[in-house]
Amino acid sequence: MNYQWNWSLLLDEPYAGWLLAGLGWTVALSVVGWVIALPLGTAIGIARTSSSRWLRVLSGFYVSVFRNIPLLLQMFVWFFVVPELLPDRLGLWFKRDLPNPEFWTAALALAFYTSGRLAELFRAGLQAVPRGQVMAADATGMSRPQALRHVIMPQALRIILPPLTSEFLSIVKNSSLALTIGVLELTAQSRQIENFTFHGFEAFGAATAFYMLVALILNLVMVSLRRTLTLPVAV
Amino acid sequence: MIEFDHVNKHYGAHHVLRDITMTVSRGEVVVVCGPSGSGKSTLIKCVNALESYQSGHILVEGVDVKSKARSAAALRQRVGMVFQNFELYPHLSVIDNICIAQRVVLKRHAGEARERAWRLLDRVGLRDKAAAYPMNLSGGQQQRIAIARALALDPEIMLFDEPTSALDPEMINEVLDVMTALAADGMTMMVVTHEMGFARRVASRVVFMDKGEVVEDCSTTEFFNDTKSRADRTRQFLDKILSH
Amino acid sequence: MPDLSFIARNASFLFDGLLLSLTLTAAGVIGGLAVGIALVLVRLFTGVVGNCVVDAYVFVFRAIPLILVIFWFYFMVPLILGRPVGAWTSAIVAFTLFEGAYYSEILRAGLKSVRAGQMHAALAGGMNRAQALRYVIFPQAITAMIPIFLTQAIILFQDTSLVFVVSLHDFLTATTIIANRDGRLVETYASACLVYYLICLAATAGVDRLKRTFAR
Repeated sequence: MNYQWNWSLLLDEPYAGWLLAGLGWTVALSVVGWVIALPLGTAIGIARTSSSRWLRVLSGFYVSVFRNIPLLLQMFVWFFVVPELLPDRLGLWFKRDLPNPEFWTAALALAFYTSGRLAELFRAGLQAVPRGQVMAADATGMSRPQALRHVIMPQALRIILPPLTSEFLSIVKNSSLALTIGVLELTAQSRQIENFTFHGFEAFGAATAFYMLVALILNLVMVSLRRTLTLPVAV
Repeated sequence: MIEFDHVNKHYGAHHVLRDITMTVSRGEVVVVCGPSGSGKSTLIKCVNALESYQSGHILVEGVDVKSKARSAAALRQRVGMVFQNFELYPHLSVIDNICIAQRVVLKRHAGEARERAWRLLDRVGLRDKAAAYPMNLSGGQQQRIAIARALALDPEIMLFDEPTSALDPEMINEVLDVMTALAADGMTMMVVTHEMGFARRVASRVVFMDKGEVVEDCSTTEFFNDTKSRADRTRQFLDKILSH
Repeated sequence: MPDLSFIARNASFLFDGLLLSLTLTAAGVIGGLAVGIALVLVRLFTGVVGNCVVDAYVFVFRAIPLILVIFWFYFMVPLILGRPVGAWTSAIVAFTLFEGAYYSEILRAGLKSVRAGQMHAALAGGMNRAQALRYVIFPQAITAMIPIFLTQAIILFQDTSLVFVVSLHDFLTATTIIANRDGRLVETYASACLVYYLICLAATAGVDRLKRTFAR
């Protein structure tokens, strides 16, 4: 293998700026997507465990749609198809006047895709809380929402905390798909640097390092969250 | 106080409660016993509407359990319940376990709820455990906290669903002592239990159930002393659980 | 009723795309399983150093996006081999090594799910570790693992669409080409959604049935 290493080029302009801008878009996509996906996924997850049959069927259909179609295809649908189906004026605004349309469509696609996965996670967590707990809450006269809020959800959250953090890592990774509709996030930038300089090792290495950093930070966050949320046990 | 009037319940083909008719008066302590699967847990869970039934009526304080005039939540404020497996909320401290329903159901202020909780902790002898979490308590302590939690809503009636059967033997008495004191204070109680010593000392009446029906419903003295008038199944059951 | 005859005209092109997606999935499952088994064996038989190496491997592949992995190998495989190999080979290498990380974790969790007492009983009965794994642990772990393997394969099937970025003509890429050429974005993408949805739904239903069979 014959390769000229040149790690210092990563510090040169414009490449350093590209990488940082890419990291910025990756973080922005992930955070915006997550902020939408979390409440949506929670609501759908609760609906999945509802006592009403049609709510269960409807939310089950929602989850199956967003989980059984590849994210990349979903992204294309949001970008190419949805604006065509919107009422004319809204579609036009979407295509022409919305600033950063690629960013917002990608964030929306990520949000809905992730909400389907989070819904399944919340459903599993809610169902993992022992039935006796629900009964105990009922027996003290709590309403369904009160029992959910004060008794069931706090326990479900503790159960799903580890997979929940790895879902956040997933949305960070999945945000890379936004490059296919033209968002210059981290992976796109490293690809572009490779194209310009033919120094793929350095370019992809830098992106890899950034993603690993995010994963490490998330690991730390999870460990400390777990420590604060874990119920004290006598030694 | 509680009236059962021809109550029937089916689980598919399984007839869980057969034509139950009986009355529990104010201040009475009724022990319900019987082999497993006899429907005794189901029976008391019908009283606070945790279980439903298909026909007949249950009146609590004169109002039908299924009546639209009183919500299930309102009914359950009047009827406290203690479970076999305690079912304390593991994510809340002992004092918060006792306060939570006061706060969200009765909308009491934090100070008022805490004051009530402290009094109840004194009553069950666990004032020093207020800040502990359930998983750090012994089974007996957890069950005493569960009793305090149920009492926090000032119920008129207390239901106990095998309160000591998940406990190690050395912890049973501390729980029965709390229940005995409660009975002495005049609480109306329905207790599903196999603790015949407790029944003999504390119960005003004993109900024996088998295969979904009430086989015996008589005063405690009659139940234990007048064994000749008891049905065969009752005697067999008593022989089994009293044999050692 | 929208005119869908253009889809029929392009059926064979689309079908070739679907075939490529399925072939890539199969290759990823087989290759990934082989790598996964190798990684677990390293864990089981090489002590601390081996475990650290596998931990690092798994961490890296689970920390970075699949697209980046595909780019890495698209760029690196020709460089290492010293000659151009094309997108197909590099994609297979990428999927194999990437899935290997996930499969090794599924295998590990499956083996862990068997109670420790079983290993002790087998060792106490005179078996060595390899025999204990082969005759006692593995047969018990396998029923827990197979449904998860298959679920992972369904995820992989969806993920093969990412070869779009190296211009391999999988089903999604074929769809996109036709959508753009015929200018029928809405109908084409909607049909593609339906195809993916039905395939994954049927596969998921199959896995659920298998789970129920095992549960009996």
